[in-house]
Amino acid sequence: MSVRPFIAAIRFGLGPRLGEALPADPDAWLAAQIASPPPPPQGPSVAQMLLAREESQALNRAQAATPGGQRGPVIELVRAEALAWAERRLTTASPFHERWVDFWMNHFTASRRSGITAPLVGCMERDAIRAHLAGRFADMLWHVTLHPAMLTYLDNLGSIGPNSPAGQRARRGLNENLAREVLELHTLSPAGGYTQGDVQELAKILTGHSVVASGSNPGYIFRANAHEPGEKTLLGRRFGEGEGAAAQALAMLGTHAATYRHLAVKIARHFVADNPPAAAVRALETALRESNGSLPAAQRALVRLREAWEPPLSKFRTPQDHVLAACRATGAGAEQVVAGLAALGQTLWTAPQPNGWSDLAADWIGPEAMMRRVDWNYTLAGRLARVEPAAVAEAALGPLARAETVTEMRRAGAVRDALTLLFSSPEFAHR
Amino acid sequence: MSAPHASFAPGRRGFLLGLAATLALGNVRAAFAQLPGERRLVVVVLRGAMDGLHVVPPYGDPGLAALRAEHAMAEPGREGGALDLGGRFGLHPALAGLHAMYAANEALVLHAVAGPYRSRSHFEAQDLLESGATERLTSGWLNRALQALPNSGGARAGLAVGTGVPLLLRGPVPVGSYAPPGLARPSEELIHRIQALQAADPRLGPVFAEGMRARGFADQTIGGRDRAPDRFNFPRLAAAAARLLAEANGPRVAVLEIGGWDTHAAQAARIAGPLRALDDGLKEMKAGLGPHWARTAVLVVTEFGRTARFNGNQGTDHGTGGVAFLVGGAVAGGRVLADWPGLAGANLLENRDLQPTRDLRSLAKGLLRDHLRLPERAVAQAFPDSAAAAPQSGLLRA
Repeated sequence: MSVRPFIAAIRFGLGPRLGEALPADPDAWLAAQIASPPPPPQGPSVAQMLLAREESQALNRAQAATPGGQRGPVIELVRAEALAWAERRLTTASPFHERWVDFWMNHFTASRRSGITAPLVGCMERDAIRAHLAGRFADMLWHVTLHPAMLTYLDNLGSIGPNSPAGQRARRGLNENLAREVLELHTLSPAGGYTQGDVQELAKILTGHSVVASGSNPGYIFRANAHEPGEKTLLGRRFGEGEGAAAQALAMLGTHAATYRHLAVKIARHFVADNPPAAAVRALETALRESNGSLPAAQRALVRLREAWEPPLSKFRTPQDHVLAACRATGAGAEQVVAGLAALGQTLWTAPQPNGWSDLAADWIGPEAMMRRVDWNYTLAGRLARVEPAAVAEAALGPLARAETVTEMRRAGAVRDALTLLFSSPEFAHR
Repeated sequence: MSAPHASFAPGRRGFLLGLAATLALGNVRAAFAQLPGERRLVVVVLRGAMDGLHVVPPYGDPGLAALRAEHAMAEPGREGGALDLGGRFGLHPALAGLHAMYAANEALVLHAVAGPYRSRSHFEAQDLLESGATERLTSGWLNRALQALPNSGGARAGLAVGTGVPLLLRGPVPVGSYAPPGLARPSEELIHRIQALQAADPRLGPVFAEGMRARGFADQTIGGRDRAPDRFNFPRLAAAAARLLAEANGPRVAVLEIGGWDTHAAQAARIAGPLRALDDGLKEMKAGLGPHWARTAVLVVTEFGRTARFNGNQGTDHGTGGVAFLVGGAVAGGRVLADWPGLAGANLLENRDLQPTRDLRSLAKGLLRDHLRLPERAVAQAFPDSAAAAPQSGLLRA
């Protein structure tokens, strides 16, 4: 079999799936996922999650004497979100689309490590990421920035216009966290040349955009009395007072040339190489600029990149990539995926910092990390129903499996050992 | 690593429902099933093909020295020599505990045995060994045997079939599965094989080698050091299994697995660790079962034997006829059961392997009939199309 369908499934997708035919025409397969992505999955709303959270907190207060961590409905809902995430990635017919979703979720990291944010991350994926993948980046930026998950994660709840009624009363001021990360991580990047003044001005623009966490109708709210009055100047452009200024400012940032350049580098780094070739970055940047930031246009440019198709596979699989690929190749279930992510240090939606999980091999290739990965491979291989190692190798790697690996697998004394060798081979470690 | 989950005992859901369950530790695994009555059956599967001629050397056969020359173990009485099994056969000195059981008439050694298949593929042969058939089945002979028992059908609904259950216990009788939390660690041999693969990658190879050093592995691909975690895991797992089997309402059937037998290179050094683990495990089993040992039979089997001659790496390759053990207080032991085919070149299978003269199915069928006292139809269901392999009589004490 030709190598191109495997590259499509491994590099752009989540790894081939045992028992599922590879696309005969990989280009058409990718194009179809760009043109008609699957409908977003169902899931709890922000309001449902916040109500469940409040219920859980009440329960915990009532049982304060009982030892044990958090309990109640919100834990169940968050667990169900993770399992649904895994199940979808194990069974999807559009793995390129799912990888694209995860890429943007990581670009706009909202981490479950932050208490109130924890139950809302899945909502952000549905409401702000998936809902805008068929459109323009600036629209996604706007919806993500004002999503309760992001507003809570980057502390915009505590950002009060110092001259607003609430600020005057409480003698409180700005929290620049969200504004800074929007400029630094989500849009321009430091290469875009913004100043500390711009950070403060954007923070003022964003004041008032907040979240009601309790009560009968929890969710996003604009608190006019916390909004900083007066005109603001961001990157030399003036924005008026009020709720609507955030959308205007985000529209400007989301269509900025520096933003397109920053996004082009990140996309190329994720799909092509840790140090992406300049030509690939240029092609993506051009596509974004010429389409006013159309995300499908960026995808179309991406799959046309010659560099993205060149073997050998050079991107080191993150734990998430690795666990998904191994589970898809063996028919393992969602529970194994969720446990695997935790065991290998990449629990779903728990990036330690707002810059998300690294897309660089150097940050993942460590001595003990690699040993742990082998342990996990061995553990997974011991829990699988009977599978034929040769069939798994053929499904997972096809012609990309090296002769040495195939020989070692054949010589292994147990199915479990053979699968461990496959998952621990250097070719399986890359995408 | 935490202690084996011996607390997985009566009262826990799996056993209350009358179902089988498994527990696992490292490279070794155990699975259980319930059974009415007090007789216990344990099957130990040695995955990777143990070299029967090495572990039970037929030192009385002049062909052994001719075939194996300097690789043949010294005769009983010499330094590092085999333990004697009564004049013709010896036992590897790492199996001292088993030898004591043999002396107490609690261990039967079976030589020149094999399943009905002639596959030299580990995976195929293990599947056939566990299927109990000449073609691969999706269920194991032990599960099909349990199907005949009265209490195995009551609680089938609603429990997911475990994924950690060996094929031997897989089948229509539902089997729960259990694995301890945390990650298992592969044996040193497997780690070295992985290192050999990783070495080809300039970025991963050196980091992997560093990881191995940090964990205390030697940075070499051939080494005979006895550090495999199974060395300790198997006895601990066997002890846990024995405690469970000893419980009044505990399981009566257990399956344990231990790997590390695929000794293509440096066999003499590499086989010692797995043998000691097996020996310690059997001792733990006897100690843990206490008074129930008298009603216990432990069948130790491997998928096939290995080549009669050594290869160019001081190892042996995949062969045919091999060794099985039957151990326990219920066993009529203290003897070697073998229709010895002889090791002269003409007597070898395809001039390379020990010729099998006894069918493993006969052994298993004998145990099902005489130890578990299963009706004839249940034995037949366990081993389809096995009329040629009649149940072996006389395996058990009267």
